[in-house]
Amino acid sequence: MDAIILQILNGLDKGGAYALIALGLTLAFGTLGVVNFAHGALFMLGAFCAVVFNKLLTLEIVRVDPTKTTPWGSPLEVKTPYVQAMLGDWGKVFIDYSVPVSIVMAIPVMLLIGIVIERGLIRFFYKRPHADQILVTFGLAIVLQEIVKHFFGANPIAQSAPQIFSGSLQMTEAIVYPYWRIIYLAFSLAVIAAVFAFLQLTTFGMVVRAGMQDRETVGLLGINIERRFTIVFGLAAVVAGVAGVMYTPIVPPDYHMGMDFLVLSFVVVVVGGMGSLPGAVLAGFLLGILQSFASMNEVKALVPGIDQIIIYLVAVVILLVRPRGLLGRKGVMES
Amino acid sequence: MKHTSKLADIALLIGFAIVVALGPVIFTPIGAGYPDLLQKFAIYGIFAIGFNILFGLTGYLSFGHAAFLGVGSYAAVWSFKLLSMDLLPAVIASVLLAGLLALAIGFISLRRSGIYFSILTLAFAQMCYNMAYSVLTPITNGETGLRVLRNDPRHLDAAFGYVSPMPSLLGLQITGWTGFYICGAVLVAAFGLSIAIFRSPFGMTLRAIKSNQNRMGYTGYSSRPYLLSAFVISGMFAGLAGSLLAATDPLAGAERMQWTASGEVVLMTILGGAGTLLGPVLGTGLIKYFENIFSAYNEQQLTAMFAFLPDGVREAVVKTTGLFVGEGWQLTLGLLFMAVVIFLPGGIMEGINRLLGLKHTPKVKSLGDSPQRDGLGEMVIEEMPPSHGAAEADKKVAEQKNAEKKRAVAP
Amino acid sequence: MIATNDIVLHIDHVHKTFAGLHALADVHLDIREGETHAIIGPNGAGKSTLLNVCVGVLPPTQGKVMFHGTELTGLKPYEINQLGVARVFQTPEIFGDLTVLENVMMAMLSHRDGAFRLKLVSRFDEQGEIGQRAIQALRDRGLGGHIYHLAGALSRGDKRRLELVMGLVQKPKLLLLDEPTAGMARADTNATIEILRQIKESGMTIVIIEHDMHVVFSLADRITVLAGGRVIAQGVPDEIKGNPKVIEAYLGEEQV
Repeated sequence: MDAIILQILNGLDKGGAYALIALGLTLAFGTLGVVNFAHGALFMLGAFCAVVFNKLLTLEIVRVDPTKTTPWGSPLEVKTPYVQAMLGDWGKVFIDYSVPVSIVMAIPVMLLIGIVIERGLIRFFYKRPHADQILVTFGLAIVLQEIVKHFFGANPIAQSAPQIFSGSLQMTEAIVYPYWRIIYLAFSLAVIAAVFAFLQLTTFGMVVRAGMQDRETVGLLGINIERRFTIVFGLAAVVAGVAGVMYTPIVPPDYHMGMDFLVLSFVVVVVGGMGSLPGAVLAGFLLGILQSFASMNEVKALVPGIDQIIIYLVAVVILLVRPRGLLGRKGVMES
Repeated sequence: MKHTSKLADIALLIGFAIVVALGPVIFTPIGAGYPDLLQKFAIYGIFAIGFNILFGLTGYLSFGHAAFLGVGSYAAVWSFKLLSMDLLPAVIASVLLAGLLALAIGFISLRRSGIYFSILTLAFAQMCYNMAYSVLTPITNGETGLRVLRNDPRHLDAAFGYVSPMPSLLGLQITGWTGFYICGAVLVAAFGLSIAIFRSPFGMTLRAIKSNQNRMGYTGYSSRPYLLSAFVISGMFAGLAGSLLAATDPLAGAERMQWTASGEVVLMTILGGAGTLLGPVLGTGLIKYFENIFSAYNEQQLTAMFAFLPDGVREAVVKTTGLFVGEGWQLTLGLLFMAVVIFLPGGIMEGINRLLGLKHTPKVKSLGDSPQRDGLGEMVIEEMPPSHGAAEADKKVAEQKNAEKKRAVAP
Repeated sequence: MIATNDIVLHIDHVHKTFAGLHALADVHLDIREGETHAIIGPNGAGKSTLLNVCVGVLPPTQGKVMFHGTELTGLKPYEINQLGVARVFQTPEIFGDLTVLENVMMAMLSHRDGAFRLKLVSRFDEQGEIGQRAIQALRDRGLGGHIYHLAGALSRGDKRRLELVMGLVQKPKLLLLDEPTAGMARADTNATIEILRQIKESGMTIVIIEHDMHVVFSLADRITVLAGGRVIAQGVPDEIKGNPKVIEAYLGEEQV
């Protein structure tokens, strides 16, 4: 019983990450009709926002302390992060919280990146076949990850969660659950709720939803749908980016993490139903949990290797039984 | 002009064979005259030619073809281990196994089209890749990779008393220039087969599917068996390439099945020109050339190259170019990929045709979608009729009607 | 009374509802061997729905369609085509990226080889028997100058003619024409009528859905009038002309 609860919990935070990436993917697809293979790279860029921010905060000032010497007799160099030098103990706290705080930086950066990508590249591909969209964004993904690799190297760069969240919650005797994963789950739920609220409650959201249903008609009403869709693409980039930021303490980011997540996220989107936002969220959590269950030793003993393929297997079965995915609509992406 | 004549096709094949035969001479001046590299050109060329039969002719974009390449490699190594060091049994085993796998994957994936098809093939390939690393470790030897050992049984060889330390073909070692010529001969054969398929009723039917799948039914065709045949054929080509890969480097690893490998063959095909005969081979050559030559550059070489520049400028130039060569060659590759899709959707072949001014290029609607782009400079269409604008307008009307129809059909 | 084996297409009390809306209600209709049967009616009368039910695009909600004694319900479009039903669309549906000649050869090959036949390496070109026949068929219909052009680049009228050729080379037992003259100028319409008359005189069974009464009364042997998804009248042209129900259905819309 405990094991089952633990697996559900484990699946939830992973599912949260899937759901967030799939949500952004679906937003971009539903509004712009663009299949974005670079979306995983946006997740990776978000994660590297956290890395950059941490690096910026921990830039050090080197001072020579005249009162002390090294054992070799030369004057001792003391390195202090400038933030700490300027703000004292508050600086320390700041550095400790660098991951959550870097969200503040990631949001405008990702928004900008998203808008630049949409205006500079994607908009020329609205009328091109999906195959072309896949290929050009695949190329973009390679470029983005190679740039990151050039500046940050190929090795993962570990980021730590703030001190107080670094422990684990002892739920019962057998269930130990790291605090940060709880935070991640809560965070992803909050972002999902915010996106839905934005789409449901604001006029902007209403127009976007209408545009997802029938782009031409909304255009005929004299609404500048293009600009809104640009912003939506930026929003999708932000969602992917913050998902990446918060994921850094769970898995140390490296340049190809986006590709790894992308394949899974696409499967999530397809299982949920191309173009359906609730479908993306539902499928994200569902597949996250299923994957956790499949990695239980008892299950693995029963069906060896199932943990490696469960998601793909589920995707295949669902697409064959429900060709449009769990909550998909007819006529989407079928040409 | 009319259809390309039989003679033109034979000339193309002979020309192709001559270029392959003279490969060492032709490629030495650009620094690619190594047997190992040329062998790679040939092997991946076969892979791309096969992929092109599916993607170029039908427009179905598979993102999982690396699985067939990988399965072909494993099958070949097992043949080297259990049967014989000879290439023939290995090739037969690889092609058959890859074909069977393609039949199974294609049967399911082809129930859907468009992006769903791409994702399904991707999912299957990832499944194969993950399984090769986990459950199938007894067969694939996991991360270490499957290799040929001295004391493997090799029942056929034992029966004939044949001993060869390396994979061979009827006694010829598949190494060095011999190895290249063996792979080159297979490439020429594959190219010839692809010409035959392009010109056959089967090839025309595949192009018709790409052009208007909806019309297929009303013309009395069942599209799916045609698509499945194309899928299996291209899977068999991939298996063939996989077995040659295993023969030249008898160590099969699962990374050959990763989805980036699938992406690479897509890139090679569109870079050259999907749906053209020569395009995939050209694209393969270019990419493998980049990979091998460009990635070998390092900072010292660059500094030497730009030695004529003043100090400050040189450093900047070396830093910038350093981004794109050596470790960074993939960046170049990504940029090239984007540039081709954006500016030259018909790939290099279209570029060549445009440069030669051989035809009026109609606005390309999609990747490699026109029968007039057949082979180097061969025209099928004499000229575009003047009523192009009217045709476009017609198409728009038809599309709108179609959309209406769809809406009307929806219950 | 006509013997059953003279009946090519038997539409047996077909109903079709879309989300509760009756598009077709109890349509009962026989198409006889060798006749040209026109189905007419005002917009929204259910003509296109009826055609779609006949070729397997839409399954009927109730009732069935029999073709020479074979039930068409549940068959796929290609199976229906292979049985000998050819359809010519209102908006041209052709293989736009293939040449005009290849379009016709596609139609001929499916007629000769069936729904699927794997001919991997047998080379074919216009020198062969199929190619020569295709070229002749195109010349006969005035498309001889476009043989090697991409079909997608043809004018709308030529695309329609190409479709007709594609239908005819399959030597169908039943030819379904969906508004063959819609959007045509009067001169083109007359030319089309002439072509269709030739086809009719060759003895082919034709079902024609048409808006233009001039076309209908020039060609049809019998006429079925649909309105609101129901058959409101059926008979030879002279009967239909004087039928008050028909006049009422068309009132203010068409000159009958």
